[in-house]
Amino acid sequence: MIKGNFIDNLPKVYGIYTGGFLAFIIIMSIGEQMGMTSKAIGICFVAFTVAIYAIIGYLSRTAQADAYYVAGRQVPTVFNGMATAADWMSGASFVAMAGGIYFKGYGYMALLVGWTGGYVLVASLLAPYLRKFGCYTVPDFIGTRYGGNLSRFMAVVVLTVASFTYVTAQINATGTIASVALDIPFQYAVYVGLISILLCSMLGGMRGVTWTQVAQYIVLIIAYLLPVFWISNKIGAGFFPHFMLADEVSRIAELEAQFGFVKNSAENLKEVPKGLAGITKAHSAVNATPWAFISLALAMMMGTASLPHVMMRYFTTPSVKAARKSVGWSLFFIFLLYSSAPMLATLSKLSLMDPTLSTGIIGKSITEVQAIDWYQNWNSANLMFISDFNGNGTLELNEFFMGGKAVVLATPEIAGLPYVISGLVAAGGMAAAMSTADGLILAIANAISHDVYYKIIDPKAETAKRLVVARVLLVVIGFAGATIAALEIQGILGSVIWAFDFAMSGLFFPLVLGVWWKRANKEGAVAGMFLGLVSGAAYLVWVRSGGSGFLGITQLTFGIFGSAVSLVSMVVVSLMTSAPNAATQKMVDEVRIPSGKSILGKQH
Amino acid sequence: MSKQEQHWEKSRGLLFMTLAIWFVFSIGIFLFGAEMNEVTGPFGYPLTYWFTCQGSLGIFVILIFWFANRQEKIDEEFGFSERGDD
Repeated sequence: MIKGNFIDNLPKVYGIYTGGFLAFIIIMSIGEQMGMTSKAIGICFVAFTVAIYAIIGYLSRTAQADAYYVAGRQVPTVFNGMATAADWMSGASFVAMAGGIYFKGYGYMALLVGWTGGYVLVASLLAPYLRKFGCYTVPDFIGTRYGGNLSRFMAVVVLTVASFTYVTAQINATGTIASVALDIPFQYAVYVGLISILLCSMLGGMRGVTWTQVAQYIVLIIAYLLPVFWISNKIGAGFFPHFMLADEVSRIAELEAQFGFVKNSAENLKEVPKGLAGITKAHSAVNATPWAFISLALAMMMGTASLPHVMMRYFTTPSVKAARKSVGWSLFFIFLLYSSAPMLATLSKLSLMDPTLSTGIIGKSITEVQAIDWYQNWNSANLMFISDFNGNGTLELNEFFMGGKAVVLATPEIAGLPYVISGLVAAGGMAAAMSTADGLILAIANAISHDVYYKIIDPKAETAKRLVVARVLLVVIGFAGATIAALEIQGILGSVIWAFDFAMSGLFFPLVLGVWWKRANKEGAVAGMFLGLVSGAAYLVWVRSGGSGFLGITQLTFGIFGSAVSLVSMVVVSLMTSAPNAATQKMVDEVRIPSGKSILGKQH
Repeated sequence: MSKQEQHWEKSRGLLFMTLAIWFVFSIGIFLFGAEMNEVTGPFGYPLTYWFTCQGSLGIFVILIFWFANRQEKIDEEFGFSERGDD
C-alpha cells in the first residue's frame, strides 16, 4: 500500500490514520449500544490512542544528531503546522479554555487574541531568521550570535525556567485525565502519563515528537469539534455554530438581565467546594478595562514569540520559505480550535440557563435538579454544586456552581450525547496535554544536552554519546516534572500563563534584537536576559506576597515589566560596550537573506 | 546602496506594515472595546465580541500568509530566494 519515501507518503499515511480513528469511534459507539460500560469505553479510548503514539515513537527511532534534534529538517509546511498546533495547544487550551470564557467572558478573551496574535510576531520577526541560522536549539542561536558560553548558558537558564513552569502543568493534566479515564489514583496516574509522554520522544527525539504530534493533532481536533457541532445541531442552535450563534448570544444576554447577577454573601460561598465558580460576569459584554485586556494580550503575544518549544518547531522545515508558510499553517490549525471554544461556552451556558430548553436547570426546583443523573455524576466528581441559599426551593443563577473543566467535560453529557463522545473528549485532552509536554521536555533536554553538555562541557563528544546524554536528561527532567506535578501545587492555567511571562522577560528582546539590531552585543544580551528574568520574577514574588504592583501590571502580566527592564538594560549595556566584531556583523547580514548556506553546518 | 541593503530595506518596510496591521487588530481596536460592542458585527454578533472570537484570530491567519507571500516576492526580486524545496 505504501511505497517509497515516508515523507512523500505523508498525506496517505495520515489519511489512513484518520480513517482508522473515525472507524474506531464508530466501533466504540456500536459497543456502547451493545452494552459496553462507560468505564470500558474510556479505557479503550485512552489506551488505544496512547498505543498508537507509542508505535509512531518507536518507528521514528534514530541515531543521528540531525534527526534527533531537528527531525532531519524535512518536515513539510502543512504537517509542521499540525505538529506545532498540537505542540502549542496544551491540556489547558483543550480542557480549561472554554471554561475560562464561560466564567470570565471578555476579560478572558484577551488570551485568545494573545495566543494567536503572537504568531504574527513569530512569522515576521523571528522564525525565518532562526531557521536560516541553522541552529538546533534556541540557546544555540543566542550562543552563536552573541558569542561566549555565558550568553548561551543564560539562555538555557531562561528556557528551563519558562518551560519547566509550563511542563508541570501539562504532566498534571495528563495525570488528571489518566486518573479519570483509567480509574486509578492521581499519584500513580501522573507517572502513567509521564511514561506515555516519554514513549513518544525517547527513541526518536524531535523526529518522534513531530510525527506523534501530527497524530495527536488529528485526535484532539476531532475530539473538540465533533461535540461542538453535535450539540449545536442537537439543541437546534444551527448546523454551523460559528456563523449561527448570534441569537443564542443575545438570548444569554437577555436571560442575564432577567435573572440578574446576585452577589452571594461570603458565608454562603464558604459552602461551595474549592475551585467551583458561579456565573457572575456577562457573556458577551465588555467587562474589562482596555488596559487590562490589552496588557494581558500583549504579554501573551510576546511570550508566544519567546517560547523555545514553539520556536524550535520551525527549525525542522526544509527551507526558510517553508518556515514562514508553516507559521501560517500552524495558526490556521490553532484557529480551528480557538474559534470553537467560545461557541462551546455559549452552547454550554445556554443549555444550562434557558428554562425553555429541556436541559435548562435555572428556575427549576432544587429537588428536581438534584435528581438529574448528570448532576449527581458531576457533583460526586466535585465539578458541580447547587445550594438553596435563599431558601425558596428554586434554583437561582447565583446558586449554581461549576468547575472550569466541566464546560468541556460535562457539556456533551448535559446535552444528552452518547458516552462515546465523553471517551473521545478524554482522548483529545490526553493528546493535547501529551503533545505539549513532549515538546517542552524535549526543548529543555535538548538545550541542556546540546548547549551545556556538548557546546560548553565536552565539545569533542561523539554523536552516540551526545544522544545518550540527551535521552538520560529527557527521562530525568520528565521525572522531575512528574514529581512536582504529583504535589499539585498550582492550578493548570495559572502556571501556563507564568511560563509566557518568564519567557518574554528573559528571551524576547535578546532574540528579536539579535536579528534586527546589529549593534546588539554579548554584554547587552547577557544583561538583558539576566536582569529581565530576575526583575520579572521579583515582581511576581512581590505581587504574590501582597504587593500592590504598578501600572495595572498583575501577576499574570509581570512579563511586561520584566521585558521592559530587559530591553532597557540590553540597549544601555550594548551601547556602553564595544560593537560586535566584523565577523558577527557579517553573520547577521547572512541571516537576513534566505538563500545560501546556513550559518551553522548540518552537523554541529 | 548594495543589493543586500536594498533587500533589507524592503524587508523592513514589509515588517513595519505587517506589524502595523497586527497592532490594529491585537491592540488598537480593543482601546474602544466597549463602544464597538454596541455595533452589530458579522453574523449578527456584537462587534467586539466577534473580534475576540473569530475576527482578530482569522485576520492574523490571513496576515501571516500575506506576509509570507510578499516576503517571497521581495526575495525573488533580489535573487535571494531558495530554489526547489517547499
